[in-house]
Amino acid sequence: MKILVPIKRVPDWQIKLKLLPDGSGVQTDGIKWIINTFDEIAVEEAIRLKERGIASEIVLVSIGPADVRQRLEYALAMGADSAILVKHDGPVDSDLASRALAAVFKRGDYALVLMGKQAIDSDSGQTAQLLAARLNLPQACFASKVAIDGGAAVVTREVDGGLETLKIPLPCVVSTDLRLNEPRYAALPNLMKAKKKPFEETSLEALGVAQEVKVRVKALSIPLGRKAGKKVASVAELVSALQNEAKVL
Amino acid sequence: MGKVLVFVQHDQGRVLKGSLCALSAARQLATAWGSEGIVALVLGPGAKTAADEVSHFGVQSVLYSDSPLFERYRSEPYGRAIALAASQLGASTVVALANSTGKDCLPRVSVLLDAAQASDITAVNGDGTLKRPMYAGNIMADVELQSANRVVSVRGTAFPPAERGSAPPGSVGELPLAGDAELHEQPRFGEVLGYELSKAERPELADAEIVVSGGRALASAENFQKVIFPLADALKAAVGASRAAVDSGYAPNDWQVGQTGKVVAPNLYIAVGISGAIQHLAGMKDSKVIVAINKDPDAPIFEVADYGLVADLFQVAPELTTAVAGIRS
Repeated sequence: MKILVPIKRVPDWQIKLKLLPDGSGVQTDGIKWIINTFDEIAVEEAIRLKERGIASEIVLVSIGPADVRQRLEYALAMGADSAILVKHDGPVDSDLASRALAAVFKRGDYALVLMGKQAIDSDSGQTAQLLAARLNLPQACFASKVAIDGGAAVVTREVDGGLETLKIPLPCVVSTDLRLNEPRYAALPNLMKAKKKPFEETSLEALGVAQEVKVRVKALSIPLGRKAGKKVASVAELVSALQNEAKVL
Repeated sequence: MGKVLVFVQHDQGRVLKGSLCALSAARQLATAWGSEGIVALVLGPGAKTAADEVSHFGVQSVLYSDSPLFERYRSEPYGRAIALAASQLGASTVVALANSTGKDCLPRVSVLLDAAQASDITAVNGDGTLKRPMYAGNIMADVELQSANRVVSVRGTAFPPAERGSAPPGSVGELPLAGDAELHEQPRFGEVLGYELSKAERPELADAEIVVSGGRALASAENFQKVIFPLADALKAAVGASRAAVDSGYAPNDWQVGQTGKVVAPNLYIAVGISGAIQHLAGMKDSKVIVAINKDPDAPIFEVADYGLVADLFQVAPELTTAVAGIRS
């Protein structure tokens, strides 16, 4: 069983982001990049399926500029087998990403796509579902447990109010939630070896995918922060303030 | 512009408050984009009851279906039915609440309608662009949807619930399912094997008036229940938790408030033993009044709290529970 794992490179969530002077984007010069948190969980889950003898091959794919290669090599060092980089310097929205991923999916013989439920930069949470719909495949989003049972995936999903277990036939798309697993760290020797694993560079043009985006970001802004209020010395003072000042009790 | 279709969610005929908030957002979109009015779709058991209710909220017409296809939510039949209703009603925009159902099925609607989609919007700007959070709410974006058909998911807490109008109700009719042959390809849609639901004796976290959340400082699941539950119950509040508390197993996953969990904006948010990591603040900083109880005076939670109490939670939380119970009784 071959698994496709799309990953997105995003700014490290621990850095404080600054906007470009004209507000058209986020300053990315010299910042630290990471693999999107949820995608890293997808890579880990694919590796575990391979370690259990369920998956035979794990192919990574990403869309972006040439230096996204470093993130793909990190995921290769975690244990994926090969990587595809769709080189593209322009803006990518969920729609374009899903069209490019669909084209990559169709070139291989994949039984499963495992990917993050959302990217922690754009926070749209659309690409997995768009990809599934585009390929006319079933989907199981927000997975906290994934099992393969013959020709089907049995996925526990995190939904409002609890957990749902869904059984869908392969091939299918599964999006990962935070508590599916804890990704391993890539060991240093593996990082060296990863550079020798198969790595393909392609382009949207070669895949026959139009570059247009449907969602245009017109302006970015940093929301005004909340101001610290006051300290109260006791429960009595707190209750009095909530009753008389804030009037919420 | 064509009409705006609102996919209204309900529980056995009882319309979700969040879907009424989506209806408010739909009205704003209809105004900003010059749409030809608002229509609605309701699916699943009890759909007719919910559709009758929704018809009083200023919609031209409501379609419903309680076909066995929709007995349990699944992304494919729901996505297909929403797209089908949009074409039958002449809607070029589809709007729904960004809860787990809306997030799951709306992108499938986007593909079927070849639409551009904005997720989790918090405002409709006068120029027709939409405001939405990125980077866990650390940055707000104004986005423009550049296509004729559009799909929008709505952050419920950012819009007031729509109110019942006095105008005559809109028409209510059944959604004809013959228009989409693929709707009947059952096997591909998969099968829901079961649910494991958290106990629902408290208000729903996403739209509760008051939320009491516990953090890592509670130190055990037992303490979490002993300290947080009585305070929440005295306040008739929903219970939330920080990521650290959920990671440590003190509270179930779907109680997590934050960037990767639920976004809440209650009238009163009480953070007990929560340090206030960015990821948590992203999920609660739009609450009207924030109270923080923490023994570390330098905890970042105090930077967003209206009222901070630097104290040992194991001492003051039970005191607060007693004081609140006294007021409420």
